[in-house]
Amino acid sequence: MATNLNIEVSPLPRVEGHGDLVLDVKNKKIEKLQMRIPESPRFFEAMLVGRKYTEPSHITSRICGICSVAHTFSSIQATEDALGVKVTDQTLKLRKLINHHECTQSNCLHVYFLAAPDFLGVGSVVPLIKTHPDVVNIAVNMKKIANEIVRIIGGRAVHPITTVVGGFTKIPTEEDLLRAKDMLISLYPDLETSLKVLKTLKIPEFERETEYISISNNEDYALYSGDIKSTDGWTIKPQDYLTKLVENVVQHSTGKHCRASRDSYMVGSLARINNNFSQLSDNAKTYWQEFGLSVPCYNTFMNNIAQFVEIVHCVDDSIKLIDKLLEEGLDESKSMVEVKAKAGRGVGAVEAPRGLLIHDYTYDSDGRISKANLIIPTNMNYANIENDLAALVPAIIEQSEDEIRLACEMLIRAYDPCISCSTHMLNVELINK
Amino acid sequence: MGKPKVGIFGLTGCGGCQLEVLNLEDQLLDFINAVDIVHFTEAISEHSDTYEVALIEGSVSTMHDVERLEHIGKVAKIIIAVGACACTGGLNCLKNIYGTEKAKVLVYGDKKDWIDAIDTKPISDYVKVDYYARGCPPTRSEIVDIVRSLIVGKTPEISSYPVCVECKRLGNTCLYEFGISCMGPVARAGCNARCPSVKSGCEACRGSIDDPNINAQKDLLEQYGLTVEDIMEGFNLYNACVKLEQKSK
Repeated sequence: MATNLNIEVSPLPRVEGHGDLVLDVKNKKIEKLQMRIPESPRFFEAMLVGRKYTEPSHITSRICGICSVAHTFSSIQATEDALGVKVTDQTLKLRKLINHHECTQSNCLHVYFLAAPDFLGVGSVVPLIKTHPDVVNIAVNMKKIANEIVRIIGGRAVHPITTVVGGFTKIPTEEDLLRAKDMLISLYPDLETSLKVLKTLKIPEFERETEYISISNNEDYALYSGDIKSTDGWTIKPQDYLTKLVENVVQHSTGKHCRASRDSYMVGSLARINNNFSQLSDNAKTYWQEFGLSVPCYNTFMNNIAQFVEIVHCVDDSIKLIDKLLEEGLDESKSMVEVKAKAGRGVGAVEAPRGLLIHDYTYDSDGRISKANLIIPTNMNYANIENDLAALVPAIIEQSEDEIRLACEMLIRAYDPCISCSTHMLNVELINK
Repeated sequence: MGKPKVGIFGLTGCGGCQLEVLNLEDQLLDFINAVDIVHFTEAISEHSDTYEVALIEGSVSTMHDVERLEHIGKVAKIIIAVGACACTGGLNCLKNIYGTEKAKVLVYGDKKDWIDAIDTKPISDYVKVDYYARGCPPTRSEIVDIVRSLIVGKTPEISSYPVCVECKRLGNTCLYEFGISCMGPVARAGCNARCPSVKSGCEACRGSIDDPNINAQKDLLEQYGLTVEDIMEGFNLYNACVKLEQKSK
C-alpha cells in the first residue's frame, strides 16, 4: 500500500517528443501531479510567417510524422477557406479516403503495438512476436495496407505529396482504387479475430465524466470536416473556435494547456464516438456494443477500444467511398481547381487520429502568411489527463506502487498522446519517500 | 560487424523517420532479428546505454538536444544521421530565419524565458557523422541499406547525382513543361524522384548534390521565366541552415 509516493516518469514526450510524469503523494494526499512537457518547441507559428500559400501544408505536415495527413488537410482547409477555394466532390472523397487510412494506420499502431503490451503484461510488442504471432501479423498487415492506401493516393505514406491547395497534383487510377478495395475487404477476418482477442483484455474500470469535443456534421461520421461540437451542448463553426477554446501557457509544459466550458476537455476517438456514435457504420456500432459499451462512455481507458472501432468504421466507409468514386468515374479534369492569392483569414478543422486539430492562417494580398495559429490535439488533452490522474490515484491508492505507476502510465497512454510519448512512459523512476 | 547493438534516437523533429522504421512492415521482423535494437524510444520500453551504432533523427534545437547528442557521440562508434532534420537541420531551420528569440516571443509571449530553444543546427555541428540517410522522410530501403551494408562490412552507396537523372530514367515529363518549378537539376537524388513522379516539384529535401551545376539550373530558370530568388525560397524549406556560400558554390 502506498501512503507516500514520489513517482517520476522521465523522459516522456509531447505531441512528438519528451515529457515527464511527476506524482508526489504524502499521507495518501496528492501534493503534486503534473505532466511536465520540456519537449523542444518547434515554433511552427513563426516558421509559417511569410511563406507562400502553396507551402504551409508541406511545412506543417512536418509537425508530426504520425499524423502528417491530418496536418496536411487542416492546413489545406485553412488556406482554401482563406482564399475562397472550393474543391471538387472527387477531391473531397479522395481526401477522406486518405484521412481514413491515416486514422487506421495510427489507431492500429497504438492499439496493437503500444497499448496491447500493457494488457498482456509485457514491455513492448517484441515479446508478443513469440507469444501472440497471429495478432502481431494482423497488426503488421493492417498497418501495411493502410500505409499502402495513403501511398497510392498521396504519393507517400508519411508526409503526403499529391495533396495540395485546390486538389491533387495526381489522382490514382481506377485500377489503384480496385486494388485498395481488395486489400480492404481482406481485412474483415482480421478485424473479427482482433475483436475476439481484444474482448479478452481486462480494461480498468474508471469513470470520470468530462467535456468531449470533436468535429461533427450531418453527412458522415466526421473525420475530415465539420463544425466543432461539445457534449456540453454547444456547436460552433471552425472559424469561431477562439470563442470557446482557450489556450494558456503553463510553466511545466512547452505544450500549451487548453480548456473550453470547464477546466479541461478530451479529444480523440472516445470524444468522437460520444459525439457522433449514430453516424458510425452499422458494423462499427455492433463492434462497440460487442464490448458491452454504450454512449456516452466516460471510461478514458475505453479510448483504446474506440480507436479499434474506428478502424472498423474506416474500412467500411472507405469501401463505400471507393465504390462511389468508381461509379462516378475518376476524372483527371476534376483533380485541380484554380487557386488565386488574396488577403484573408481561414480556419481548418479536421480530426487527427488523436483528436481535433485546428490550423488558422491569415494571408496578405500576395498570398503569404502574416499570422498563423495551430491548436494540436495532444495539447488539448494535457489538462484532462492531469484531471483524470487526480481522480484515478486516490481511487487506487491502496494498491502497490508498481500497480499505481502502471495504472498512471496506462491512463496516459490511453490518450495515445503520441507514439514516442506513450513508449517513453514505460521507463519509470520510482523513488520512495 | 556481426549483430550490432543499435540505438535509435530522436532529437527535435516530427518522429516521422522513426515511424518509417516501424513502417518497414514486411522487413520489420527481419530488421529486428538482424540487429540488436537496445534503444528505440518510439517503440520499445527497455533501453540500454551500450550501443555501437546510433541512428539519430531530428535536429539540434535545444540545449537538452546538445547534451543528449554529445552523450550519444561518446557512446556510439558509428553515427548515422537519419532524415533532413539530422542531416541539414531541415525544416526546423526556418525558425532561425525568423529569429529564435523573436519566435519565442511570438509563440510563448511573456512566458518565453521558460522555453529552452537555441538556433537549429544539423547534428554534424556537434558530432562526427559517418553516414547520411537523407530526405524528409528518407526512403525506408535506404535506412535498411545503410544498416545492411554495415553488417556485411560494405560502404553504403549514396547517390551523388541530381534528381533529374532519376526523372529521365523513369521517363517523366519535365515539370517545367507544366509550368511547375522544381529543384531537380541541383537536388541530390536517391528518392527515385518521388515528388516529380506525382507532378509535384522537387523541394530538395535531400539537400543539393556535392557539386551542383548551378548554371544549368539558372539557364533552366531563365528559359522558363523564373529567377534564382524564386527557387532559393523553395530551397530554404529544408536547407535554410546550409550556409549561403555553400548554396551558391
